[in-house]
Amino acid sequence: MASTNDPFQFQEFEEAGNLLEANRDATTISIEDDDMPERQRKAASFTPDVDDEDPHASDDKTELLSGQKTSAPFWTFEYYQRFFDIETHHVKERIIGSMLPWPGKNFIHVHLRRSPDLYGPFWICTTLVFALAISGNFSNFLLNLGKPDHKYSPQFGKVTIAATAIFSYAWFVPLALWGCLLWRNNKIMNSLSYSFMEIVCVYGYSLAIYIPAVVLWILPFEWLRWCSIVVALCLSGSVLVMTFWPAVREDHPKVIAAIMSAIVLLNVLLAVGCKAYFFSKPEAALSPAPSAALELTKAPSAT
Amino acid sequence: MADEANRQFAGLSDVSISEDIPVEGDISVPMGSSSSNRQRGEEDEFSTLDEPVKETILRDLRAVGSKFIHVLYPKRSSVLLRDWDLWGPLLLCVTLALLLQGGAADSEDQGGPQFAEVFVIVWFGAIIITLNSKLLGGTISFFQSLCVLGYCIMPLTAAMAVCRIVLVGGSGTVSFIVRLVVVTASFGWSTFASTAFLADNQPAGRKSLVVYPVFLFYFVIGWMVLTFSPSQ
Repeated sequence: MASTNDPFQFQEFEEAGNLLEANRDATTISIEDDDMPERQRKAASFTPDVDDEDPHASDDKTELLSGQKTSAPFWTFEYYQRFFDIETHHVKERIIGSMLPWPGKNFIHVHLRRSPDLYGPFWICTTLVFALAISGNFSNFLLNLGKPDHKYSPQFGKVTIAATAIFSYAWFVPLALWGCLLWRNNKIMNSLSYSFMEIVCVYGYSLAIYIPAVVLWILPFEWLRWCSIVVALCLSGSVLVMTFWPAVREDHPKVIAAIMSAIVLLNVLLAVGCKAYFFSKPEAALSPAPSAALELTKAPSAT
Repeated sequence: MADEANRQFAGLSDVSISEDIPVEGDISVPMGSSSSNRQRGEEDEFSTLDEPVKETILRDLRAVGSKFIHVLYPKRSSVLLRDWDLWGPLLLCVTLALLLQGGAADSEDQGGPQFAEVFVIVWFGAIIITLNSKLLGGTISFFQSLCVLGYCIMPLTAAMAVCRIVLVGGSGTVSFIVRLVVVTASFGWSTFASTAFLADNQPAGRKSLVVYPVFLFYFVIGWMVLTFSPSQ
C-alpha cells in the first residue's frame, strides 16, 4: 500500500479495511465501538455548540426586544416603522401626560421610556393646522354674520401658512435645542442626553393642549381667548421646562436661564402669533392681521 | 497509481455536452392547443385587441359602477380590494373639484379652493393616510388603500351636488341647516364605509390610530363642501 507513505491520511480507513478483511463480525463490533465514541464525542461536541449558539440567539432576542440597535439605514421603510410601533393606549397616555405636568415627572422618562414615536407629533401637528384654519374661518364667519355687505369667503391660503408655522416650530426648534444640548454636553460631560427623536416627540405632544384652546377661540370673547392662551401656555411650557431641566441643571446658571427662557419664549410667540394672525379681534371687523403679527409668526419658523 | 487514477477518471472528460444530444424543447404553456376539448373562443379571451372599443370601455365602466354600488352599501366584500382601480377616484376627484369652482373666489385670490388645491388635498391626503396605515403594520397594499379612500369620497361628492342645488334656491339659514345635515350625514357615511374596508387589515390595538386620520381627511373635505359659497 502506497498510503503508508502518508502517515496522516487514510490511516483509520486502512485499519478498518484490515479489520474487515480479517473478520467481518469482529470488525462490525469494533467499527461500532470506534464509531460510537466518535458519535458520542460528536454529540457531546454538538451540545457545546448549541450552548454557544444560544447566547448568540438570546443576544439577538435582547437586541430585537430593546429595539434600539436595529441597523436599518434611514432611507429605508423599516427605519421609520420603528417609530410607529405604538398602540392606542400609549398615544392616549402620552397626550394626557403632556397636558398634566407633575413636578418631578419627566415626560421623556415616564412616558417615552426610550421609545419615541412619530405618529403622535405628526398627527397632532396636522390636526392643529386644520383646527387653526377651520376655527379662524369660523370665527370670521361668526363676526361678520349680521353684516349684509360682507361676503363670506373661506380662505384656504391660511391653511398653508398655518402648516408652515406649526411644522417649522415642531421640527426646527427641536433641531436647534438638540444641537445646543449636544454642544453643552461636550463641555460639561453631562450624563443625561436626549436623542433628536425624543425631543421632537416631546415638542409634538406638547402642542396637543393647543387643540382645545384653538377650538375655544372661536367664541368671540377676548377675555376667554386670553384666559385659554395663558392656561395652555402654562401647561405646555411647564411640561417642556420640566423635561429639559435635568439635562441642563448641571450647567452654568446663565446658560440654564438662556435655554429655558428660549424654550418658553418660542412657545409664547407661537401661541400669540397664531392667535393674532388667524383670529381677528371682535372690534376690528374685516382686517385679518397687522403686518407685525405676520413678522412675529415668521420669526420662530426662521429660528 | 497516478496512471490508474487517470484512467479511472478518463471517462469523465466525455461527460460534456456533446453535439449528438439535442438541447431543445418547447417551453410554451400548453393551453389550448393540446387538448381537443378546448375551443377556439378561449384563445380570444386573452387577446382583447379584436373586440370593439365600446366593449372595452363598457367593461371598465361596469367595474367602476360595481365599486360605486359597493361603497353605497358597504359590506365586508373584497371587490374593492381585490380588483382595485384608480379610474373611479380620478372621476370623483375631478367632479368634486369642478363642483367646487364657480364660487365667490373668482374675483379674489383668497377665496375657495382652486382646482389644483382640491386635487392636492385629496391625493396627498390619501397617500399620507396609506403610508400611515402601512407604517403601523397594515397588510393592505398601497394602491388598494388609495382605491378605497378614493371611492369613499363618493358620498361627499353627491353631497356637494345636493348643496349646489340647494344653493340655487337661496343661501339663508334654512339652506345652511339643510346643507349642514346633508354634509354631516355624507361625512359619516364616507368614514364608516372606508373604515369597513380598511380597519380589518390592522393589528388589534391600533385600529383607532388608523381610523383617526381617515376621519380627519373626510372632515376637511366635508368642511370644504360646507363652506362653499356661490358668487351672486
